Amino acid sequence: MFAARDGWLAAKGWPLQWDWMELYLEGISMASFTLQINGLSHNIDAEPAMPLLWVLRDLLNLTGTKYGCGIGLCGACTVHIDGTAARSCQTPVSTAVGRHIITIEGLGAGELHPVQQAWIAEQVPQCGYCQPGQIMSAAALLVQKPHPTDKDIDEGMAGNLCRCSTYFRIRNAIHRVAGQETQETRP
Amino acid sequence: MSTKPTPAPIESGPRLSRRAFLVSSAAAGGALVVGLTLRGRLHSSPDPSKDPYNAWIRIHPDGKTELILNKSEMGQGVFTSLPMILAEEAEIDFSRITVIQAVNADGTGGSASVMESYPPLRRAGAQVRETMIAAAAHRWGIPTTECRARNSQVTHTPSGRTLSYAALVQDARRLPLPDPNTVPLKDPKDFSLLGRPIPHLDIPDKVKGTAQFGLDVRLPGMVYAVVAQCPYLRGDLVRYDAAKAKAVSGVLDVFDIPTDPNSANKNTREIAIVATNTWAAIQGRNALAIEWKPGQYHDESTESLNTQLRAGLDAQEYWNTTNTSLNPDTVPTAKRIESVYEFPFLAHATMEPMNITVRLEGGRCEIWSPTQVGGSTQERAAKILGIDKRDVIVHVTFMGGGLGRRLGDPFDHQALRIAQRIQRPVQLVWTREDDFTHDRYRPTCMHRLRGGIDQEGNIVSWTDRFANTSIIGQLDPRRAQEYELGGAVDMPYPVQHFRTSYVPVESGVMRGTWRSVEVTFNILSVECFIDELAHLARQDPYLFRRRLLESAAAHPPAPRSNLGRLADPAHLIHMLDLVTEKAGWGEPLDRNRGRGLSCFYSKTTYLAQVAEVTVKDGGIHVDRVVTVVDPGLVINSSGIRAQIEGAILMGLSATLKERITVKDGMIEQKNFDSYDLLRMPDTPQLETYVVPGGRPPGGIGEPPLALIGPSVGNAIFNATGKRLRKLPFRLDEATA
Repeated sequence: MFAARDGWLAAKGWPLQWDWMELYLEGISMASFTLQINGLSHNIDAEPAMPLLWVLRDLLNLTGTKYGCGIGLCGACTVHIDGTAARSCQTPVSTAVGRHIITIEGLGAGELHPVQQAWIAEQVPQCGYCQPGQIMSAAALLVQKPHPTDKDIDEGMAGNLCRCSTYFRIRNAIHRVAGQETQETRP
Repeated sequence: MSTKPTPAPIESGPRLSRRAFLVSSAAAGGALVVGLTLRGRLHSSPDPSKDPYNAWIRIHPDGKTELILNKSEMGQGVFTSLPMILAEEAEIDFSRITVIQAVNADGTGGSASVMESYPPLRRAGAQVRETMIAAAAHRWGIPTTECRARNSQVTHTPSGRTLSYAALVQDARRLPLPDPNTVPLKDPKDFSLLGRPIPHLDIPDKVKGTAQFGLDVRLPGMVYAVVAQCPYLRGDLVRYDAAKAKAVSGVLDVFDIPTDPNSANKNTREIAIVATNTWAAIQGRNALAIEWKPGQYHDESTESLNTQLRAGLDAQEYWNTTNTSLNPDTVPTAKRIESVYEFPFLAHATMEPMNITVRLEGGRCEIWSPTQVGGSTQERAAKILGIDKRDVIVHVTFMGGGLGRRLGDPFDHQALRIAQRIQRPVQLVWTREDDFTHDRYRPTCMHRLRGGIDQEGNIVSWTDRFANTSIIGQLDPRRAQEYELGGAVDMPYPVQHFRTSYVPVESGVMRGTWRSVEVTFNILSVECFIDELAHLARQDPYLFRRRLLESAAAHPPAPRSNLGRLADPAHLIHMLDLVTEKAGWGEPLDRNRGRGLSCFYSKTTYLAQVAEVTVKDGGIHVDRVVTVVDPGLVINSSGIRAQIEGAILMGLSATLKERITVKDGMIEQKNFDSYDLLRMPDTPQLETYVVPGGRPPGGIGEPPLALIGPSVGNAIFNATGKRLRKLPFRLDEATA
């Protein structure tokens, strides 16, 4: 089955390769887990210590949850676990079993969540990479504090980095969801 | 409306010559096709006789319009602002335009996309409009002068008859396009779309999590790779244990990557770890038991670099420019001072780490890359693989931040070599640690400024000695002055005896373009030192600047360099007047609080800013930032504000928090625990006033970044009497 490929490789002077199937069969120390994600059951085979982040991204192709630092300091990987914001890069998959996981893909349940709507209304994202994490953090914050003060927002959102520095609009968008005055000072 | 970066149709590939393009356009599904050439930043300007078109407008018989764009989207909003320019000039209903990302899109950067694409997009838009008008006039048998176009339709003004663009496509295709160089353009007075706040077309997908960044590319049978890279500057590999890594579940292969002979790191071997998922690859790398050895820069450190930079302040200069035959340091003055400003290396820290996905199949190479330079990636890939450039396609994805980092080096080479070896689609992922330790950093440098004033506070002498670990100097130290003195030699204040000189400093740390590049350190030095001179003259910093600029307006100084257009001093005065009024300059502030002012002209954009800070309990907090910006014509009044706000805050992050340090020939910072960025609690109140002037659009992504440093430095001085000159500003590093 690799004749065409191998012929091409040989023509290019590139080395022929070993059989990939064998390597795939070598998987060891894996375990099976059933995860509840966005209301659906997913069965996966993974190392128990594998962070939920990589299970979502690489095993389930739920790529809305982002990798940013791998040490829980940037917030790009934020998901909800049993209704609370959690860093999926710091969550071993074995500890997520039996818990209710929501990712950015499932936040709105078919339509845009009010936080997502506010993010559009305030035109928050620039590059957009950190925004799923920002939105998940903001949605969790608003459940805990439906009318957050600026100080609440400082504390609730301090764990989410944005290199485009959209913080000013994030603050306004959170206030918008809460139905409060924004820091609107535009001329 | 879709803005997903989808592969562009075949006629958009740069493999086609103009001639071939004309043939294929006739076959493009009956659409009217207009080609244009948008200049790629970092490349010479296009030669129309040689360059093929690299962007296209296609109007289909159903009226749908596509703009195939060779610019990439990294959050700066070009997927919205550029089609707005087209819609305005072509009189196309904006809601009918779809943006398609061209493959191999090249050269997005330098705040240039709007600034440089505005003229060609308008000319091409005018070609569309005039062709539609000609088609309608021909159909009606009336002169074109009786027709006008608006909202995707042509109206015969006397009779009120109309024809939609959709209905005119078939006729328009048979007409010759007007010459883009002579086609009449709209009077900007008649613009109805440009200047309005238009929501960014890519934002809905970005809030849903469905926008595809480079790291989100998933191909059938794809595997994941990480690389083990030497932590020492230009060091090398000693040994590693591939078996240990291969024993990790999910690891498929571990091997040396052939080094890149064109790289500064060509003597540094690297190891690829390929696995079924990213995490397994990282675990494999952790298990490698790898040993590295330092190279020629084994004793380089921040201290040794600072010693070199300080030595550079007195060393033989490589280059200078002056307006006097005298030595400014010895001409008679009433008072003189000297200050040294010190700047660290900075990391880009784009939120999406570096990555690239490669598929080699059937003698062809497909690449998915979040890149500012897809065309360069294409060329480099062809060279590395030894195949024709036309057999390489680079799909440019959304970038999770660009900031000048996504220029392909060196991850393109690594990924291609890995793909060659494993013969599977592969995604190369740099971890955050790779990103921090193998960046192309903003240079570390020092400015030593000496200034002398007369009794009235006029600047009699100004010498700026600049010692820099230059970017371009890595290739040729003698060319650095062409690129890295912007903002310093063309500073707007009149000086009787002026001299700038430059000394490059060697380092093993690789340097690169970091958003706003050289003006980040040049403008801080100039605008803080001007503040120092104002204080020396016992004059208000606003009135001091104003008086100097009035003098420059009355007696325009001779240009000090060929670095481009000088600011109009009268216009800078206008900006200063406006910002001080908006900020309440001169109104009393509480104890521990201060205000600082700065102004700047760059890429034809005028800016002035006042920052208010509180300095208390050993900490600096910026409370409020008032900025006025005249960018010339505004394209999207929502998007431009986002760019200004973001640039101010990224500049503030560098001003207060960021510093890369070197120890024992290694970069010390590996993640956000040791290199923190600005966060929500650090964010000041932003008051931004955009005051469009009557000029074509200027650059906006970078200029506002450079202003916040001097505004804050001057505000700290105002609050405390302490002049901070070492970045990032820390109160315990006060030198005054």
